[in-house]
Amino acid sequence: VTAASALADETAPQDVNFEDLAVMASLTGTPGDPVTGRDIFKDRKLGNCLACHTNADMQKELFHGTVGPAMDGAGDRWEPAQLRAIIADAKEVFGEQTVMPGFYSVNVGKDVREDLVGKTILTAQQIEDVVAYVATLKE
Amino acid sequence: MTVRTAAPEGHPFDEVLSGWLFREAETRELEADSFQNPGMLYVDLGAEIWNTVDGTMGKSCATCHDDAADTMKGIAANYPKWDADAKRPINIELQIDKCRVENMGAEAYKFDAADQKALTTYIKHQSLGTPVAVDLSQGELQTWWDRGKDIYYTRTGQLNFACASCHEANSGQRIRADHLSQGQANGFPTYRLKQANMVSLHNRFRGCIRDTRAEFPKAFSDELMALEVYVTWRGTGLSVETPAVRQ
Ligand code: HEC
Ligand code: HEC
Ligand code: HEC
Repeated sequence: VTAASALADETAPQDVNFEDLAVMASLTGTPGDPVTGRDIFKDRKLGNCLACHTNADMQKELFHGTVGPAMDGAGDRWEPAQLRAIIADAKEVFGEQTVMPGFYSVNVGKDVREDLVGKTILTAQQIEDVVAYVATLKE
Repeated sequence: MTVRTAAPEGHPFDEVLSGWLFREAETRELEADSFQNPGMLYVDLGAEIWNTVDGTMGKSCATCHDDAADTMKGIAANYPKWDADAKRPINIELQIDKCRVENMGAEAYKFDAADQKALTTYIKHQSLGTPVAVDLSQGELQTWWDRGKDIYYTRTGQLNFACASCHEANSGQRIRADHLSQGQANGFPTYRLKQANMVSLHNRFRGCIRDTRAEFPKAFSDELMALEVYVTWRGTGLSVETPAVRQ
């Protein structure tokens, strides 16, 4: 598979179909990898999800934020299609007021840093990887 | 020292809280002990500059203002003020520049020049303990307050946060290693342990905006002056703490 054909299967951020607080279709067609997703979750330059969420699966990591709910059991509370919606654009699920960033959204704040204009925080495949990881968080 | 007080009318909180309350015990003690507080070195440096002749007119600040302990006492607690000449708000940094240019024949400081931070720290320190009170009836200050309020609630950057996302909706929460305060201005310039240096208010504003992954406005621009008017008002009644110590 060439890079171009892989990208052809990718859903652009503005084309993601949110329905009933879920995104049914994979954004890439390639199943997410939970191990990679775990790294993205804690990496400060990628998901940095720990900035706002505590996560018992990552006890060894210092400094878990408390801005959002604990991630423990998120895989019980939400279906993967719902997690995809929450992580791609939390505002579609929780409303405009939520502080959780849209990780695959171009509906963002003003004055975006010049080199980031039109870019999403995570790529489509990274969203799939994080969804696969969070789906493993069962109690 | 007032670190907690009833909020003024129209404030989103019932109580305004100093950033001091959100710091670790050691950091609080460091601030409160004037012998240990590392910011006091910059107060001393500021006192030296106050008495040093500069510019083409052969004057120092002391030439006109004598002993700052008398003439500057409580003054900085009422800034920003309305500058009728410039027709915009003026803060301590800009007032220093105004006197340097108009009354001393010296140049305005570059933003965040060491001497600018030291002299600002020195002047603010003369209001230590005085409650913050901005008089919004001066000139068009109320209009600038309105504009500052708009900016405070406007989301910026790829991460899509407003000041209020962190300092209002989530004040008291932890965001990674940081304990989110109300983002008050009463301690500025503050000594930041992480940087081992004084941090000016506009530097802090720019840092917080940058963290939303946004382009940030210039220091002393209309946007940041409006924000200074509004954010300072949000701390009405808190004691000036300069030099505050932060992590
Ligand atoms: C700046 C804060 C912030 C960041 C960063 C953040 N979130 Fe959230 N998240 C929230 C908040 C707040 C909520 C709760 C929804 C609400 O009330 O707005 C939430 C809700 C959630 C939920 C639903 C939780 C539940 O159990 O009901 C999931 C799942 C989630 N986030 C995953 C993530 C993932 C994965 C990342 C990183 C890729 C992330 N979040 C990054 C703030 C954040
Ligand atoms: C030649 C006289 C002169 C010199 C020198 C001078 N000033 Fe001033 N300063 C004034 C006058 C007059 C005012 C009040 C009118 C105005 O705001 O311009 C003033 C106002 C101020 C104020 C505002 C006081 C208030 O009540 O709000 C501050 C702060 C100040 N000066 C600081 C300084 C500093 C710091 C220096 C040295 C860098 C300095 N001044 C040098 C004449 C001087
Ligand atoms: C993503 C979160 C976030 C956003 C958005 C944010 N800040 Fe902050 N801010 C922080 C953190 C973290 C600190 C350091 C800890 C503290 O005092 O809250 C801080 C500190 C401050 C301080 C210093 C407080 C003190 O007592 O030393 C001020 C003032 C401030 N912010 C103002 C603002 C303003 C004005 C905006 C909007 C332009 C803003 N912040 C946006 C996270 C944020």
